[in-house]
Amino acid sequence: MSLKGKAYIVGAYEHPTRKAPDTSLAQLHAEVAKGALEDAGLSNRDVDGYFCASGDTPGLGGLSMIEYLGLSPRHIDATDTGGSSYLVHVGHALEAIAAGRCNVALVTLAGRPRSEGMATGTAPRMGNVQQPDVQFEFPYGPATANMYAMVARRHMHEFGTTSEQLAWVKVAASHHAQYNPRAMLPKVVTVEEVVNSPMVADPLHRLDCCVISDGGGALVIARPEIAKTLKRPKVKIVGVGEASKVQAGGVGLDLTYSAGRASGKAAFEMAGVTTGDIKYASIYDSFTITVVVQIEDLGFCKKGEGGKFVSDGNLISGVGKLPFNTDGGGLCSNHPGNRGGMTKVIEAVRQARGEAHPKVQVKNADIVLAHGTGGSLGTRHVGSTVILERE
Amino acid sequence: MTDKTYPAVPTTPGSESFWEGAKKGDLKLRWCEDCGKPHHYPRGICPHCFSTRLTWKKARGTGKIYTYSIMHAAKPAYIIAYVTLDEGVSMMTNIVDTDFAKVKVGQQVRAVFKPTEDGGKMPCFTPV
Repeated sequence: MSLKGKAYIVGAYEHPTRKAPDTSLAQLHAEVAKGALEDAGLSNRDVDGYFCASGDTPGLGGLSMIEYLGLSPRHIDATDTGGSSYLVHVGHALEAIAAGRCNVALVTLAGRPRSEGMATGTAPRMGNVQQPDVQFEFPYGPATANMYAMVARRHMHEFGTTSEQLAWVKVAASHHAQYNPRAMLPKVVTVEEVVNSPMVADPLHRLDCCVISDGGGALVIARPEIAKTLKRPKVKIVGVGEASKVQAGGVGLDLTYSAGRASGKAAFEMAGVTTGDIKYASIYDSFTITVVVQIEDLGFCKKGEGGKFVSDGNLISGVGKLPFNTDGGGLCSNHPGNRGGMTKVIEAVRQARGEAHPKVQVKNADIVLAHGTGGSLGTRHVGSTVILERE
Repeated sequence: MTDKTYPAVPTTPGSESFWEGAKKGDLKLRWCEDCGKPHHYPRGICPHCFSTRLTWKKARGTGKIYTYSIMHAAKPAYIIAYVTLDEGVSMMTNIVDTDFAKVKVGQQVRAVFKPTEDGGKMPCFTPV
């Protein structure tokens, strides 16, 4: 049985804050939950499925949050794959609804790394000592930025990708961010400004890196019978894919591709569409290189040609062939809780509804895609792809 | 990097041989006695064939830089890298004792061992 179309995204909400020193983590989750449920025209009483990532949700596996929110779900899923979790949750909610496990699923994300002074990309974060890779990796200083930088370095070595090509990803994001009053970095930048910004982790510059922000977002996903009773535009989940990529004992290491290769294939197969049908794409942009690798893996261009593909404004709405991250993305607008997957789904929903900013709204965005990577492209990660169709 | 002393390494049961080898200047790899393949980081089960019949062997300690990054955001800056050993296994490491500007993908490197705060040694690599 295909899961295609067995659920709809009926509510979506991005917290307007980018810095929340005076709001607790639980309250941020609550505010996004309220925002998404109000967007859908539903209340906490309607929710019977709760999805969250254990890593950004206070308390054990969502339990403290369901209590805080006054929920009594019969289905809970606290799967954590890092920044891609919320794309994974869309797929899991679709499955749970199709299986009769719930009718209305709420997905929440919140975080406050900016208020907590976290050096997200540049300070190595040690995992639990029992995490088996820690003693063989952590002493060498694997921060987020230098792990993605190693992916960029290899991509440059194998395919001739340049810093200027990577910079075009940031340039495109900044063209979109100028229309987003909430964007942390709303100023349009040039390729020269990106490649002349300070080097963080060679070959990635400061402007190749996403912002660090507080905030969050939430989604409400419901079965078709319920979606039809609501007043919002109908955004149907037509394709989902989830895949992992790990280092196979260090043999055959290849950092030039991501799990998006497999997650994208699965999502396109379920949806019965091809890359040519996608009018808009949200692509996780933790770093500029992340976008290039994922665009290749999703099949928008051949492996190794991503640098060329993203150049010359090809990702700018109204200019290029593949309008991406029209909210300004993680590179310019928001990367709440160091986890970019939620805002990727939210902007895709806005595009499908025709509710993106008029300056960046894609005409007839009837089929849209959101994709993300969680964990690290440089070590181990989960890719997840969601394809949505406006009815 | 040359003068850096690494923090004490938090070892776990089963990894002692690796760190005891490093202390003596040996880079040790896990090899599977059933499928004959090596792996790294070392584990108690072969990630290729799931056998638990594993042995430790000393690696040649030479290889090539697969990729690297100079972490300019850190003071002092350091180079993180993946080195692909002659045995075909890639490992995360630091490139040390060299001019940052001279480091290249594909460069031949050899293992060197740098002190840790608890008297152990970290395997690192330097250009040949």
